[in-house]
Amino acid sequence: MARPVQYNVNVKPMENPIGMVAAPAGMPGEGFFATKLSDVVGLARKNSIWPLPFATSCCGIEFMALMGSHYDLARFGSERVSFSPRQCDLLMVMGTIAKKMAPIVKQVHLQMAEPRWVLAMGACASSGGIFDTYSVLQGIDQIIPVDVYVPGCPPRPEAVLDGFMKVQELVGKESIRRRSSEQYKDLMESYGIQ
Amino acid sequence: MTNQIIRQKLTEKFGEQITNWEEPYGMLTFTTPKEINLKVLQFLFDDPELKFQFLTDLTAVHYPSNVGGELAVVYHLHNLIDNIRIRFKVFTEIKKPDVFSATALYSSANWMERETYDFYGINFMGHPNLKRILNVDDMEYFPMRKEYPLEDQKRIDKDDEMFGRG
Repeated sequence: MARPVQYNVNVKPMENPIGMVAAPAGMPGEGFFATKLSDVVGLARKNSIWPLPFATSCCGIEFMALMGSHYDLARFGSERVSFSPRQCDLLMVMGTIAKKMAPIVKQVHLQMAEPRWVLAMGACASSGGIFDTYSVLQGIDQIIPVDVYVPGCPPRPEAVLDGFMKVQELVGKESIRRRSSEQYKDLMESYGIQ
Repeated sequence: MTNQIIRQKLTEKFGEQITNWEEPYGMLTFTTPKEINLKVLQFLFDDPELKFQFLTDLTAVHYPSNVGGELAVVYHLHNLIDNIRIRFKVFTEIKKPDVFSATALYSSANWMERETYDFYGINFMGHPNLKRILNVDDMEYFPMRKEYPLEDQKRIDKDDEMFGRG
């Protein structure tokens, strides 16, 4: 005899209902709202980060889980994973980068338009990991500047989500003048970019 | 066909030049002088009974204590008709690691010899394009030789004191 099967019969109320992002601090008034431009720009940027996955090994598999429905990176405004560097905001380097791969990572980073951010996922991308050897780049920060490092071998999707939220925090708080500052130019200079 | 017949045929053709006959795990293994490596390969390829026409693997081994023959080039051959495998080694000194290239006989030797050059620095004479295949082009050493510590000597990123060797 067939067993009666019922799914989701008990409606579970959401702890935090889905809503809009809160407005930044400012002066509300009749038909206007005064705030800082960088806050508005940051708000827009941080909730629509387009990631570029540069996945070379097992961390890439964890990233696939992260993009799946269970962890769902799309909730953070990153539904659009692109393999075109020119359209992306966040370079996610996931996995071992061999020295022979290093110029390719750098070229992909150069092809991305400013403002751009970099997330190094896992021990290998951050420091070379267990591959303490002649053929492996000991961390991608030797060739490109990195904003957020996610530790783990490989990190769980929750850890990557946490790292991604850290990137969002950086993006949201960034001054719109930062990318044209002397300090930033010196940083790029130290990596031989521009 | 048995190992006995292969050995007999090779001895008839090359006499005392072939040495170090062994059969570890039933696989016939021997050593030839490096000057006749192509002659042996050609004979094994052309002989109507031997028919070793498939090059399974070509690599090298570094024996630092074997002075005068530090580097061994190893050929693994397979007779696909009788399903018999053999292996032979060619020793060369590390100061002048010149060995004749097998690319004219086996096309598959092309990349395998490049790999062997890449990691051991064997100079395959007659190879059409002997350059690095796996490592970065500007590498200045042959990493699989037992001459170097495992990690990169030029690195500056990892502080020795942090790893207990300061």
